[in-house]
Amino acid sequence: MQFFGGSEISPSPPAPTASGNNAHMIYVFNRNGVCLLYREWNRPLHTLNQQQDHKLMFGLLFSLKSLTAKMDPTSAEKGNLGVPQLPGQGCSFHSFRTNTYKLSFMESPSGIKIILVTHPRTGDLRESLKYIYNLYVEYVVKNPIYTPGTPIRCELFNTTLDQYARSIA
Amino acid sequence: MAPLAPRSGDAIFASVERVNAELFTLTYGAIVRQLLTDLEEVEEVNKQLDQMGYNIGIRLVDEFLAKSNVSRCTDFKETAEVIAKVGFKMFLGVTASVSNWDADGTCCSIILEDNPLVDFVELPDTCQGLYYCNVLSGVIRGALEMVSMKTEVTWVRDMLRGDDAFELQVKLLKQVPEEYPYKDDE
Repeated sequence: MQFFGGSEISPSPPAPTASGNNAHMIYVFNRNGVCLLYREWNRPLHTLNQQQDHKLMFGLLFSLKSLTAKMDPTSAEKGNLGVPQLPGQGCSFHSFRTNTYKLSFMESPSGIKIILVTHPRTGDLRESLKYIYNLYVEYVVKNPIYTPGTPIRCELFNTTLDQYARSIA
Repeated sequence: MAPLAPRSGDAIFASVERVNAELFTLTYGAIVRQLLTDLEEVEEVNKQLDQMGYNIGIRLVDEFLAKSNVSRCTDFKETAEVIAKVGFKMFLGVTASVSNWDADGTCCSIILEDNPLVDFVELPDTCQGLYYCNVLSGVIRGALEMVSMKTEVTWVRDMLRGDDAFELQVKLLKQVPEEYPYKDDE
């Protein structure tokens, strides 16, 4: 068996990819399903148009959250499947990995969902997602020109995010 | 990596950038004065302050969540405690206290002994009926709405009207869990 990557504490150095980026793409949704941000750095295959892609992603996460909460063996009280949950309540999943990519997810109690798709050997990205949430607060939320609930059009946020994504191992 | 533990209000207040308290007080005072000049009706000014507070609150909640690492509160009691101890401390540098819980835990009072917004302020006779700090009630209402709680926030005691402290009554109207937003029209 081959072992990829380093220990949990220090993530392995980034594996060289064609574009030099480790992250493939990022989605940011708000509590109403509006896709606030979608950026891709390395996505060779496009199967759906943008709208459908966003809806699919949001729907996937919504269902996954519901399902993971329902299957929780440690929680005593479970709602029925499909019953809307408060964001952040119950158990929340944070990533899934396939043989070609890893999807990391973070949801704040205010319903802001950050999804990062990276190569499969990436370690735990919860800290990175928290950092991206902080970037969102600094560059987007505090920007008086930005209207909450609309897609993000802040160049500074995009640039900083791109830079940070390059550094994620 | 284990998730970070929630930080205390003092710790965050010490680490964020701060602004001169007098500048803050005088700026807020200038806003209220301008609103009074523009709108003339005290009720209108109250409503406008509440609306401004609401707009601040919907943004402030994300900053609060990002900096303080609190996870979802399990019930409204915890929410009120977090607002009073962490929230007020982090943004205004004052600690508030929570009291007067009603029987089913949906209504409480947040009491501020100290309020940086009202330093040097005295209300003239022409402004009786003005809730000078109404922006705070809007902020709380806006912030809680973004975490799925519809609330009603009103002033019970106001030092500018002769009471001994500032008391805000926060009443939880309902929890609004998120629903799947897309219609099934695929």
